[in-house]
Amino acid sequence: MSRTRTPVVDGWFAGDGEGFRLLGTRCTACTSVFFPREDAHCRNPGCSGGVLEEISLSRCGRVWSYTDSRYRPPSPYVTDPELPWVPHALIAVELESERIVVLGQAAPGVTVADLSVGMEVEVVPGVLHEDEDTDTTWTTWHWRPTGVRA
Amino acid sequence: MTGEVAVLGAGMHPWGKWGRSFVEYGAAAARAALADAGLEWRDVGSIVGADTVRGGYPGYVAGATFAKALGWQGARVASVYAACASGAQAVNTARAQILSGLADVVLVVGADAAPKGFFRPAGGDRPDDPDWLRFRVLGATNPTYFGLYARRRMAVHGDTAEDFAQVKVKNSALGALNPNARYRKRVTAEDVAASAVVADPLRLLDICATSDGGAALVLSSMEFARRHATNRPVRIRAVSTVTPRYPNTVLDLPDIATDSALAVEPSADTFRASIARAAYEEADLGPEDLSLAEVYDLSTALELQWYEDLGLCGQGEGAKLLREGATTLGGRIPVNASGGLASFGEAVPAQAIAQVCELTWQLREESGARQVAGARVGITANQGLFGHGSAVIAVR
Repeated sequence: MSRTRTPVVDGWFAGDGEGFRLLGTRCTACTSVFFPREDAHCRNPGCSGGVLEEISLSRCGRVWSYTDSRYRPPSPYVTDPELPWVPHALIAVELESERIVVLGQAAPGVTVADLSVGMEVEVVPGVLHEDEDTDTTWTTWHWRPTGVRA
Repeated sequence: MTGEVAVLGAGMHPWGKWGRSFVEYGAAAARAALADAGLEWRDVGSIVGADTVRGGYPGYVAGATFAKALGWQGARVASVYAACASGAQAVNTARAQILSGLADVVLVVGADAAPKGFFRPAGGDRPDDPDWLRFRVLGATNPTYFGLYARRRMAVHGDTAEDFAQVKVKNSALGALNPNARYRKRVTAEDVAASAVVADPLRLLDICATSDGGAALVLSSMEFARRHATNRPVRIRAVSTVTPRYPNTVLDLPDIATDSALAVEPSADTFRASIARAAYEEADLGPEDLSLAEVYDLSTALELQWYEDLGLCGQGEGAKLLREGATTLGGRIPVNASGGLASFGEAVPAQAIAQVCELTWQLREESGARQVAGARVGITANQGLFGHGSAVIAVR
């Protein structure tokens, strides 16, 4: 039996494979885009507040900056203390159409040596961690240089 | 221009990893500040504590905690929290009370006892808390944000790892002269290069530690200072406590994304630059008037960013200013003559108060071997998580 796949946060992303997208919201009054999503009220101080509708964010963007975590982060990040720590890269990606920078982990195997500022990356579905006790796969989004296959 | 308040006393408990309660550090700093001011605790009409999230309830009600430790004497009390900017908010609260006539003499105290390793969010499942989310979803520690900013500077401005290391070299040499600093050993560029990478491109010696420490100030009205016969006191001329303006387009701790600039064009200056600008406007001074600056060097690369955001040089020219020697002792505008966070490590609620202590001693020309010659105007700058800007301008 396959494990239950649960998004690490509800409503932040959806879809599979090529159809995977980050989800944000857009104010129907002023067109401001929000990620993480705002569902209650537009945060543009010059906007009286319109209906916030869900939108998919652009699949591709350009690297604004990147780094990595050479040491095991503390909880609530979940890691297996029995296993050696494998550093993960973090990429901040500028989405041109939304004029927003969104942080995410790099896809497994992508290291800082593979990255440069301005490089094109795409959003792909990823796994944050497996929880054997509850038989759950916690899912997330990853950034991956375009054209690279996992 | 806002009215001025006098700095009658400054005091610290030395920074370190002492393993005791933050209350002890804060009370020691408070007593030192009172002694420096030549005042008794009973002379204080109001106490303002900068909160720490690490001490349980005593930490959340720091003002009352310190008042109790010093001995209840009925003073008005306030406790403020603004993450790394808590100390400056405490100074500003004290100033507002003095300028409005609520109190003549106010004691400002901040202290922390930091845990080992990375700062982490408070426990429990809190999916509505951006600080909890960035750890849960991304494992994004504070140093990873510093790494992002550093890499961005390398790509945009051509800064190098060697430039960053030279900030540590400068600050460690200054910290070696400061008895309140935790790290008092001079560090070489080779030492920095040999230290482990924590968050590419930053190494352990590029990133400030977390420390125990306490700092306190005794502030008063100018009228009280005259009556108290304090000869030419240091005066606080401006306290900037601004928030960002939408859209904030720099990825700030602890956020996972910036605001979108789709609907509203961003301001010409960034949030950090606006922190300094507000202070300059309030003080009716500019960067050309400064004798020294104390900036929040959470990382070596961030110190270079502050040079630009304070207007000490143009955007992208921070590393050049450092290489010219302008920001070390004897240079045009010494930055972090105290040794900075590089030499202290961060004791969160105490740090912005400690910055003002350093300005006070420098402006009184009591800083010994690290004295900035002829110091007349100083600025502190700091940015706290969740949108807290702070900068203090002091003059003598």
